[in-house]
Amino acid sequence: MVTVEDYVARTEGTCGEEKDVIVTFKYDKKDEAIAKILKRAELRKSIANIIFELAFEKHSFRLYPSGKAIFRGLKDKEELNRILSGLLL
Amino acid sequence: MLNPYRIREDFPILKRKVNGYPLIYFDNAATSQKPKQVIETIKHYYENNNANVHRAVHTLSQEASELYENAHEEVAKFINAKGMEEIVFVRGTTEAINLVAYAWGLPTLKKNVEVLVTLMEHHSNIVPWENLSKINGFKVRYAEVNSDGTLNYEAFEQAITNKTKIVCFAHVSNVTGVVNDVKRIVKVAHERGALTLIDGAQSVPHLHVDVKDLDVDFLAFSGHKMLAPTGIGVLYGKREILEKMAPFHGGGEMIREVSYDPKTKRCSILWTGLPWKYEAGTPNIAGGIGLMEAVKYLQRVGMRNVEAHEEMLTKYATQHMLQLKNIEIYGPKKPSAKCGIIPFGVDSLSSHDVALSLDAYGIMIRSGFHCAQPLHQIFKLKSSARASFYIYNTREEVDRFIEILKEIAQL
Repeated sequence: MVTVEDYVARTEGTCGEEKDVIVTFKYDKKDEAIAKILKRAELRKSIANIIFELAFEKHSFRLYPSGKAIFRGLKDKEELNRILSGLLL
Repeated sequence: MLNPYRIREDFPILKRKVNGYPLIYFDNAATSQKPKQVIETIKHYYENNNANVHRAVHTLSQEASELYENAHEEVAKFINAKGMEEIVFVRGTTEAINLVAYAWGLPTLKKNVEVLVTLMEHHSNIVPWENLSKINGFKVRYAEVNSDGTLNYEAFEQAITNKTKIVCFAHVSNVTGVVNDVKRIVKVAHERGALTLIDGAQSVPHLHVDVKDLDVDFLAFSGHKMLAPTGIGVLYGKREILEKMAPFHGGGEMIREVSYDPKTKRCSILWTGLPWKYEAGTPNIAGGIGLMEAVKYLQRVGMRNVEAHEEMLTKYATQHMLQLKNIEIYGPKKPSAKCGIIPFGVDSLSSHDVALSLDAYGIMIRSGFHCAQPLHQIFKLKSSARASFYIYNTREEVDRFIEILKEIAQL
């Protein structure tokens, strides 16, 4: 069975008061992950297909073709996992 | 003048691309890149001279010892110390400050005395003193910082009293790049009987630093921010102070004699001379030799040239950033008051958003608190983005940075 861990290399809480979370996708899975996310999330803005401002279930986040995403203002790890499951699985 | 295009040829990493774009490395306040001269020196050491130092009579050990001792001498010359006895190799600035806190502070700082630090300090110049105060019961006082991030000198000087035993402050702020007037503070501290410890992590790599001229008692700095490898740093201390202090770490390398007395069933210990009595255990020999090569490289470039180049880049970048909509520069705007560091924010974006967006274009900057949360509290910031320059950065890189920043700020 495919899981979120199949796509995600690491998640890291940022340094600062914002408590954002940066998700780095596995190198060999990043293109697949990005394609799925772009299909399922709502595109709000983008710059030259390099930075995507997206929304999913009322959560805004940014996605980068380099294989990273930054999620803002999440309550906890469970919420992150739920969103990633919705986006990737 | 320094030629950054010629210098760039020495840095193999600057040839790589990140996310499909040429690498622009503006995170030099965190760590610097390494020139091939340093990389080759370390490689050459491991391929030709590798042995433990001060332990054996064989040829390799003597070669390694000579190189390692030369490294201390070279660093001493670089900061104009009296000699290598005043140069203790440590892991970095953090360890150097902890060494002073525990080797000098633990037996010295008792109740009713004070340690004075500033609110612009890196956590590494706050946490060791707060930790130690919990053991010894002395007070850590914080000198105030103006709203633009500069030191409030009057308040600082008033805070130095006859209770103050040591005044600890950064030569250059790692957040704003503000250059503090070390000589002025040191003079007042000495007049009032206090020692001084300077965090030189952001100054020694970028400015001409002369410990005799500044008259500091301790100076801490890191090799990895000045072209050397990670894991090697320096504590400079005045010889007469280091001689009186007892070591923080105990073990091999730092002892002259450990003799067992069958009557008392105890070992009596005599430690060796400076600087080795503070370098317990097998040291980071390759790191020290790498640091020597880094220092030689910087000496060839000339520290006055380094200063001038970074001032030019800071001025150039600041001028252009101030023209951008939705961008705010934190701290003083005047580049002459600063040293190669520009903290900034983009309206409606977190610093991490900014850093990740720039990363997508191959531009590396720092985001977060930069280990200086109290200063961010003063600025009322949740975090900040920080661009910081070094000898291999160019105006063209700043142009590209500004171009991308402009796009990001419109998103």
